[in-house]
Amino acid sequence: MSKSEVVLTGAHFMNGDVACAEGALMAGCRFFGGYPITPATEIAEHLSERMPEFGGIYIQMEDEIGSIAAVIGASYTGLKAMTATSGPGFSLMQENIGLAVMTETPCVIVDIMRGGPSTGQPTLPSQQDVMQAKWGSHGDYGIIALSPCSVQEMFDLTIEAFNLAEIYRVPTLLMGDEVVGHMWEKVTIPPPEKMRIVNRKKPNVSPSKYEPFMPDDDLVPPMACFGEGFRFHATGLTHDEHGYPRTSSSADQSKLVTRLCEKISGNADKIIKVEQVMLDDADVVVVAYGIVARSALSAVKKAREAGIKAGLLRLITLWPFPEMHVERVAEQAKAIVVPEMNCGQMVREVERIAKETPVSFLSKLGEDPHTPKEILGMIRRSV
Amino acid sequence: MVEETVHPFSKYLRSAMIPHIWCSGCGNGIILNCFIHALDELQKDLDKLVVVSGIGCIGRTAGYVNTDSFHTTHGRSLAFATGVKLGNPELDVVVISGDGDLFAIGGNHFIHAARRNIGLKVICANNFNYGMTGGQQGPTTPLEGLTATTPYGNIEHPFNLVHLAAASGATYVARWTTLHVRRLTLSIKKMLQKEGFCFVEAIAPCPEIFGRYNKMRTGLEMMDWFKRASVVENFSDPSKAEISSEKIVVGEFVDIKKLSYERFLYEKIANINERKIKW
Repeated sequence: MSKSEVVLTGAHFMNGDVACAEGALMAGCRFFGGYPITPATEIAEHLSERMPEFGGIYIQMEDEIGSIAAVIGASYTGLKAMTATSGPGFSLMQENIGLAVMTETPCVIVDIMRGGPSTGQPTLPSQQDVMQAKWGSHGDYGIIALSPCSVQEMFDLTIEAFNLAEIYRVPTLLMGDEVVGHMWEKVTIPPPEKMRIVNRKKPNVSPSKYEPFMPDDDLVPPMACFGEGFRFHATGLTHDEHGYPRTSSSADQSKLVTRLCEKISGNADKIIKVEQVMLDDADVVVVAYGIVARSALSAVKKAREAGIKAGLLRLITLWPFPEMHVERVAEQAKAIVVPEMNCGQMVREVERIAKETPVSFLSKLGEDPHTPKEILGMIRRSV
Repeated sequence: MVEETVHPFSKYLRSAMIPHIWCSGCGNGIILNCFIHALDELQKDLDKLVVVSGIGCIGRTAGYVNTDSFHTTHGRSLAFATGVKLGNPELDVVVISGDGDLFAIGGNHFIHAARRNIGLKVICANNFNYGMTGGQQGPTTPLEGLTATTPYGNIEHPFNLVHLAAASGATYVARWTTLHVRRLTLSIKKMLQKEGFCFVEAIAPCPEIFGRYNKMRTGLEMMDWFKRASVVENFSDPSKAEISSEKIVVGEFVDIKKLSYERFLYEKIANINERKIKW
């Protein structure tokens, strides 16, 4: 710990990218590897200045593939590590997000979503990467993705992302968008002693007895670091509890991949966070996330003023998908409205769970997020 | 009664991972042997050594050595190793990988790691083709060389790896073949004691795949080529260090002193914090 290490306790006016960077420092992040990309660049710029004050490492890598690979390497030396990017870089990272999943590497990947596909609209918001967050790397796996709706949450959920990454040894994704990344708002930063900061489980056995991929009851194996004398092996190949390759055994493949999925799905109730507003008697429920949920909240309030029993289910956790919460909403409500800044992604999950309850979708591409009026119109049409 | 004897180098290997996957006549075992000799002669602390490999035949090395080790995705060994070295600069971080992994899919990471002069020690097994996938053309396949994907002869100019490493900023650059076991070991020893980015190319026979296509069906025939063609030209111009059927220029090409990235970085962090405290 360096002597000038100071978190910015108190009230601040800052943009979302900077709040994310400060949240990372508060969470104990001491390695950032990244590559400039709009609209996430301010995270890198801020950390290039602040990280050295904490004795941490900032490195600009040659591309996003190198960035995520370096983050995985740093995490294996025991540092909390992160990278930040946007759509094109997120696409480049996918193979190594799979490596992080397979080697159970705690790390945080921030995606400040902009319009795609391809180079798309670098300075405009979207929510077009939320399915890629779950399915972007090849093979089956469980992963955690969070969706901040404010600058305060860019701070809070970055810390949460590090905690979850450390607890479950899984890459955790913070799926922001250009608006929450670039918007300036008040952020309240508590004193560090008030924060819940979680660190990964360490092995409590001698190196000769250590099996690096032998899980505890929570399906998560304790993690040694390089240089501690455990002399262990990790590989992107299918492996056994020793970390040794098992490339032609169906039993090992089944055991490992099932555990990688179940350590997330089986702990979903501990991971998932949602915000529920006026759901108790709601006939129409808006299911929204990220910046769109702010408009949705406004629309729900306006609907209530107009005598419509509307409610909001805001997804803070996108993955694992909050199935239970959507199920409860679907059982009670007469209609569900899903506004997204894409052509219809999370709405597929909502439809999958809602079954009989009608779900209507409101797309918005380019320019600004949905206005409350647009969502209100959809609520009116649904009742 | 036969007494059970333990090989003096057993402690360097993970017995559970042996036997290795390499074909008979392959040079990878010789490279691993030279590496272990270098570790032994330097009495390296195995608890402070990390071996990183990418994908390919030689990529399995990380699994065989009894140190902390990581087998990365294809091409990303250097980028991963960069995170390890910066995360804990006290560790010796050795990257052992192949020509395809380091110079085709991973070529960008190589030139930038060398440019930064980060303290990674790189051993490249150059076997002129993609052995593991059955012998396709790669970034070091000689012109007119026959491979599974150049049945009419290779029309791409190969990389000269020592020239590329030198031009990119490496502080130590050497090339040997697996025939030169003593000098290969010496070069590995030398780079393990140096600061900054170091590169040793080890030309390795691949008789089962590359040799089969190019009329050198046995390891012995390939080694015979190395013996016949190798010329030691220490500290000659690496841009002229050719590899052809007639001549293989081997030797040390670069041995300079330069501040490493990690030392520069950690000194800077210390200075920044000292200055802030004075404020």
